[in-house]
Amino acid sequence: MTKTGATPCDVSLIVNGEPRTVRAYPMERLLDVLRQQLGLTGTKEGCGEGECGACSVIMDGALVDSCLVPVLQAQGSNVVTIEGLGKDARACALQETFLECGGAQCGICTPGMILAAVHLLNEKPEPTMDDIRDGLAGNLCRCTGYVQIFEAVAAAARRGVAR
Amino acid sequence: MKSERIVALSAPRKEGRDKVTGRARYIDDITLPEMLYGATVRSRIPRGKIKKITFGPGINWDKFVVVTAKDIPGKNYIALIENDQLCLADGIVNHPEEPVLLLAHPDRHALPKAVEAVSIEYDSLPPVFTIEESERQSEIIWGADNIFKTYLIQKGDVDGIWEKADYIVEGEYSTGAQEQLYIETNGAIAAFDAERGLTVWGSLQCPYYVHKALMALCNLPETKVRVVQTETGGAFGGKEEYPSMLAAHASLLAMKSRRPVKIVYDRAEDMVATTKRHPSRTRHRTAVRKDGKILGGEIELVIDGGAYVTLSPVVLSRAAIHAGGPYEWPAIRVRAKAVATNAPPHGAFRGFGAPQSLFAMERHMDRIARAVNLSPVEIRRINFLKPGQTTITEQTINEPVDLGKMLDRALEHSSYEAKKQWFARENESGAVRKGMGVAAFLHGAGFTGSGERYLASVVGVEGTAEGRVRVLVSSTEFGQGTNTVLCQIAAETLGLPYDDVEIAQPDTTEVPNSGPTVASRTAMVVGSLVASAARGLEQTLTASGKLGKTYSAEEFRRACREHVAAHGRFRSLARYEPPANIYWDDQNYRGEAYAAFAWAIYVAEVTVDLATYSVSVADFVALQEVGRVLNPVLARGQIIGGVAQGIGFALYEKVEWRDGCMQNGQMTNYIMPTSADVPPIRVFFEELGNTHGAYGAKGIGELPMDGPAPAIVNAIEDALGIPLDSVPLLPENIFDAIASASNRESDARSPTGVR
Repeated sequence: MTKTGATPCDVSLIVNGEPRTVRAYPMERLLDVLRQQLGLTGTKEGCGEGECGACSVIMDGALVDSCLVPVLQAQGSNVVTIEGLGKDARACALQETFLECGGAQCGICTPGMILAAVHLLNEKPEPTMDDIRDGLAGNLCRCTGYVQIFEAVAAAARRGVAR
Repeated sequence: MKSERIVALSAPRKEGRDKVTGRARYIDDITLPEMLYGATVRSRIPRGKIKKITFGPGINWDKFVVVTAKDIPGKNYIALIENDQLCLADGIVNHPEEPVLLLAHPDRHALPKAVEAVSIEYDSLPPVFTIEESERQSEIIWGADNIFKTYLIQKGDVDGIWEKADYIVEGEYSTGAQEQLYIETNGAIAAFDAERGLTVWGSLQCPYYVHKALMALCNLPETKVRVVQTETGGAFGGKEEYPSMLAAHASLLAMKSRRPVKIVYDRAEDMVATTKRHPSRTRHRTAVRKDGKILGGEIELVIDGGAYVTLSPVVLSRAAIHAGGPYEWPAIRVRAKAVATNAPPHGAFRGFGAPQSLFAMERHMDRIARAVNLSPVEIRRINFLKPGQTTITEQTINEPVDLGKMLDRALEHSSYEAKKQWFARENESGAVRKGMGVAAFLHGAGFTGSGERYLASVVGVEGTAEGRVRVLVSSTEFGQGTNTVLCQIAAETLGLPYDDVEIAQPDTTEVPNSGPTVASRTAMVVGSLVASAARGLEQTLTASGKLGKTYSAEEFRRACREHVAAHGRFRSLARYEPPANIYWDDQNYRGEAYAAFAWAIYVAEVTVDLATYSVSVADFVALQEVGRVLNPVLARGQIIGGVAQGIGFALYEKVEWRDGCMQNGQMTNYIMPTSADVPPIRVFFEELGNTHGAYGAKGIGELPMDGPAPAIVNAIEDALGIPLDSVPLLPENIFDAIASASNRESDARSPTGVR
């Protein structure tokens, strides 16, 4: 499925602030390119069909499931993964509040969940509880029952970083 | 005695920072040099004899490593209880996902086509798919009678109660299969070399289960098999027994190819081929006095075990022991049975049988309430177990649990009475119906009966050359907080800062066998052993004069460093010692089933939409007594997460079966709760301050799975006024129930099942 009917091509994109060029089949999933070619294994595969959000990355400011993005579509785009959040104040605040509030249990959904939360707070720095529920509804978590994740996002928003 | 400064505080999750930064390494994040990828060719029929296997055209088979049953160096089974489940089918298949042969290739993308290109011809045999078909025994698919295991629990004079009864209340309840749906699918990597033997890394709960299975399968001695748990992305029981199968497959491919082999299931394969919660059917017949006191009863419980025994006897045991709920039964007879069907084996899933039998019990309590014209609250209050009384296995309740008081508190938190009155008025009109439901339940912590005695777990605590303390256990972290809580216990015992304590990665060459990470046993049983091993470390240092009776953290570090410099590796081991005066009769299933029970009262508020028949949980109160809460943030997280899974079990998660095969093995059509579906889940702890476990902890992990389904279904019944006796309860099921209730009403006036 990944490789049929095409030959590899060069795809240039910016990943976590750095320009990268990868040689990949056009329909190869951005998820696989990030994980296998670029070694960015913080992006996880949960379902491979865009249901669980474990593979969430931020692409040109939008939250996307990287398992649904053919790499050719990412040509010229700016992609941010969990590894690229290091210096982002809002992301750092979220990482701290996830730790304090119990927002991460097994951790497999956590990178995607934090990216979804970063995206949410970028759009809505002072979200209501309904905003948080909606903003995270594309990211499944089987451990936490979400409540402590909501609390972590609300706490990070209260800290009002980067405003 | 040191002041307790770490236990009962919300110490941060030990591996938390790696998880929030994406640095944590799960099995699919690991790649070894020269590694191949493995895949499994499975049966596609539920039952039959394999006639012929053909490797089809269009595939360069020379590039593939192929393993069949003939390549197995040792015994062709996955060692567990009965060893009846083969690692690879050898002539016969008994379920539609049975592994038949294995393939490996350097390119993981080459595998799906190759798997498709293997065709298997069969002589089909007649299959059995339901509990009822299995019971009829018209086709025998396992043993002499399709029965994996039976238990009989008897207390008091059951036959004498019926004539004293004012009411005899009967009911039949059922629960469906449920997929664990950890977000990280099952996976393992195996590597083999003749000198060092076999090493397996995997996403798993029980390293020593895998270790045992691989020794038998690969015909290797203990020292030539090494099992390492990698960061595990959720398990919930779903990585208790199945990883032995997956590790076995990766190992066979690695041994044949002499290259490392990784097998990671995609979501579809994980959902259809690996274990799920056992479907169940429970029948109750109860003798009740007119004041509501239960005089006694009979419970007949059957679980569908799938094609092989695996853990069904143990699941059945827990289901049977929990079948009477937290009530006093002067007389009871529980007949429990696990039967075979031609579906993939059902297995461990949080709660482990108790959610099934407690669903029946708690639905039945509401039915009894209606029969004797008492409220669901009063019927429970009248029958609650009290200290000094005995459970159905005649275990005396020795702790001062006051379920009546817990009930009062839960009702107060949920504004139960006020809402009942309010809903009674509101429900007379409008497009929605609202209801309140209660469930009372208990959950036994640790292995059942003599289980912990047989396990004889060993725990180590090490003082390192750097003066740090390391906990050595095979108990695994998969989100519940094992790492954190066990480090808290060691730090507390030694009076050290939490940051001075670390925990070893579970690796069978590094850590002793502290038993499997199951049965809500880690904090209570393993935690106690950690405390005891830590005390051993301290005693060695004080006895040698390196440490005074009281000491600072720096003095401890120095003493530790000196000890390692002088004597080398410095470890203290502690082995489980069964408490004195514990009585358990395995033959008659009588005695002290569990070292401790956790107790709980859950209250659900639901809204049923009469246009769509969908149910939403509007509010949820979870009140429990779990002994000492060692880490409030983690404990609360366990409860909320369990409640969310319970909501899924009750309202969303339906496995659609066809010919023994799950049809909806995708997250698209097997629906688990999302962030938009969960209600406010309000968690309250009672603490009795008992003496169980480390610093008073009892089990916590499984408890919250038991109560939500009955509380929710009781609330739906309260809203709609019709009995609903099975889960999952999807909108179409509610529609059908309303339709058949109105048909019944026109047929007859007496309520069903009540004499």
